[in-house]
Amino acid sequence: MKYDRIIEKFKDSKISQRLLKDINKVKDDISLMEVCGTHTVQIFKTGIKSGLNKNIRLLSGPGCPVCVTAAEDIDKAIAIACRKDVILCCFGDMIRVPGSKASLDSASANVKIMYSPIEALGLAEGRPDKKIVMFGVGFETTIPAFASVLERAKKQRVNNLYILPVFKLIPPAIRALLESKYVNIDGFILPGHVSAIIGENDYRFIAREFNKPAVITGFESADILEGILLLLDMIKKRKPRVKIEYSRSVDSKGNQLAKKTIYRVFEKTDVDWRGLGRIKNSGLRLRKEFNGFCVDKIMNIKIKTPRNNPKCICGSVITGAREPSDCKLFTKECVPGHPVGPCMVSSEGTCAAFYKYGDKNEAG
Amino acid sequence: MCLAVPGKIEKILEDNYALADFGGVKKKICVDLLNGVKVGEYVNVHAGFAIHKIDEKEAKENLKLINEIRPDYRKV
Amino acid sequence: MRQDRISLSHGSGGSLMADLIDEVFIGSFGNKILGALDDAARLNLPKNKIAFTTDSYTVKPLFFPGGDIGKLAVCGTLNDLSVMGAKPLAISVSFIIEEGFLISDLRKIVGSMAAAAKECGVWIVTGDTKVVGRKEADGLFINTSGVGTLHDGMSVSCRFVKEGDAVILSGEIAEHGVAILDSREKLGLEPKIKSDVACVYHLIKSCLGFSKYIHAMRDPTRGGLVSVLNEIARASGVGIKICENDIPVKKEVVSACDLLGLDYLSMANEGKVVFFVDSGKAKSILSRLRKNKLAKKARIIGRAVKGRQVFLETRLGTKRLLPLLEGEALPRIC
Repeated sequence: MKYDRIIEKFKDSKISQRLLKDINKVKDDISLMEVCGTHTVQIFKTGIKSGLNKNIRLLSGPGCPVCVTAAEDIDKAIAIACRKDVILCCFGDMIRVPGSKASLDSASANVKIMYSPIEALGLAEGRPDKKIVMFGVGFETTIPAFASVLERAKKQRVNNLYILPVFKLIPPAIRALLESKYVNIDGFILPGHVSAIIGENDYRFIAREFNKPAVITGFESADILEGILLLLDMIKKRKPRVKIEYSRSVDSKGNQLAKKTIYRVFEKTDVDWRGLGRIKNSGLRLRKEFNGFCVDKIMNIKIKTPRNNPKCICGSVITGAREPSDCKLFTKECVPGHPVGPCMVSSEGTCAAFYKYGDKNEAG
Repeated sequence: MCLAVPGKIEKILEDNYALADFGGVKKKICVDLLNGVKVGEYVNVHAGFAIHKIDEKEAKENLKLINEIRPDYRKV
Repeated sequence: MRQDRISLSHGSGGSLMADLIDEVFIGSFGNKILGALDDAARLNLPKNKIAFTTDSYTVKPLFFPGGDIGKLAVCGTLNDLSVMGAKPLAISVSFIIEEGFLISDLRKIVGSMAAAAKECGVWIVTGDTKVVGRKEADGLFINTSGVGTLHDGMSVSCRFVKEGDAVILSGEIAEHGVAILDSREKLGLEPKIKSDVACVYHLIKSCLGFSKYIHAMRDPTRGGLVSVLNEIARASGVGIKICENDIPVKKEVVSACDLLGLDYLSMANEGKVVFFVDSGKAKSILSRLRKNKLAKKARIIGRAVKGRQVFLETRLGTKRLLPLLEGEALPRIC
């Protein structure tokens, strides 16, 4: 069968309906965490969320780079973008995220929305009169793209391109989650495209050290449903392992070239995650050889550490400890039009998805 | 963080770029992160970069997986 | 005219402005009402009820695949009259032009406006021109206002939709929104997805025989189909259910939306109509619509139901809510 037609099968309603029926035959109470924000959106969009019986609980994890970006980092990006000699390039996802006061679109900031960091390089070449600063947000799926762009910039001697790196890494966050006491998760739906880059091995600890099953899952409805079934199988048989459902796009070694590219340009460092605190080796900074691209080298931006709204429980929502409906601000002070915490701003943030697509009880 | 879309390589361009077809709509993408991409191959594209080749043989296996009948679930 | 760019003098009421009006505006819009150059247009309107609308156009880029700001400005106002059940009769146009604007571009835009108006059988009868300093208007802004007469027997309102009414969509969606985003952000999609901008008056006119069965009509512009459905649900106090499998949309448009992380249900359209009709006549109205070239892909996409929510029946057979988007759809990586 031609690949085009194979791909359609993963969206096929008959196959997905059969998989959903199989899942709903399981009567035990099970809590599964989907780590990746794109999975959260797909689970709502495809109608899987409203189709699952109540005993299967799906929790949204910290895999939303917009949600876990610290308010200080957004404040810093805004301060940089407000300088007359700067154009800040960032993804559409980041534009409305609130820092401690404003967001990139509400402040008088010089911002260009990009679909790819390659556009930032093109802009730097076309506007030698400006400093082009890339807001480096993302996980392992996105980091290699930025690394590659910086290598190109170095080779081409482009001297007006910079980066404010706030990248985060997924496996250390999962470890931090499992080490905290307030989480009750029976299995993990792992991010398909992060895994296309990093492979399978970095997740082995989930099964070996914490005895939980995990499945690297794709994004069509059949992928997600199959991923859930594989987890239910392993939970029932008490045989926790890390498996790959998304075998057409993920192999156990990952993309070696992409990984090497990341670590030629960046090195690991400890960083703060909203809601999870400081996690060892969970972020990246530029290596010495690429330090010239660091925006800190050319600007001295001092940001006051902002005070968080004490009623905001985004941190607990991200770790799956609480639901959006548990938050006193949800649908009152915190709505998509004026969000308090990033979980509401990002289109895939748990609270935004909950608000937009509704609880399965309301939609059912 | 994972929005990547499958595309078919239509044309190899210079400087490690390629033209990919995404279900009828074409766009220039960067193939820095893959070795030896060929016309006719399928790749997953994220933020303008091809991040992984889609293996046709694996795709068929993946399809077999989701079509598997599970005897356990036939009992109610 | 010897100049190739607009200067402040072109807006000052002197001879340069007279030349501009004569050569560019009257030259294209040419009709005796406008030609009289009176301070106001004198119209002979029938004694029927009048519909009146206004809209301003600030779209960027000014030229995009499928059209330009001029075509958009005329069709947009004609469509607003048409979906109210009115026959458009006359339009006014007001230009705010930035100093330095290319006159050749202005000619193209005015030409588009003339062509769009002619296709609908409507005149541009009065206008105004202002020129502002550099950086004060980002190129060009256009306002159009339109007047029309309400067809006898047609009484539509977003408050008139009843439970059980069928929802008909006149054709494939999301094209204008994607075309604009692709052009503006230079995303480089090929082949270019064209805006569907068009005047829908003749489409609606073809259904006049079914007037008493048509309860509401809306054009799904900003915010797309989701916006219209939510407005109707709120105003009429009904719920609306649509089926994912029944929504007409081009495969390339879905691919482009997937690629950019956009939801095609919320993207703008400028040549489509959503009809809310008596369910008993839905099939007949659909057949009539499909005879028009703008509605060959029209489909019944759902119906008004009990409750107050707008929701989609997914391919999986489950439901998901379709609430209003808070802001403009932007390309995502997540």
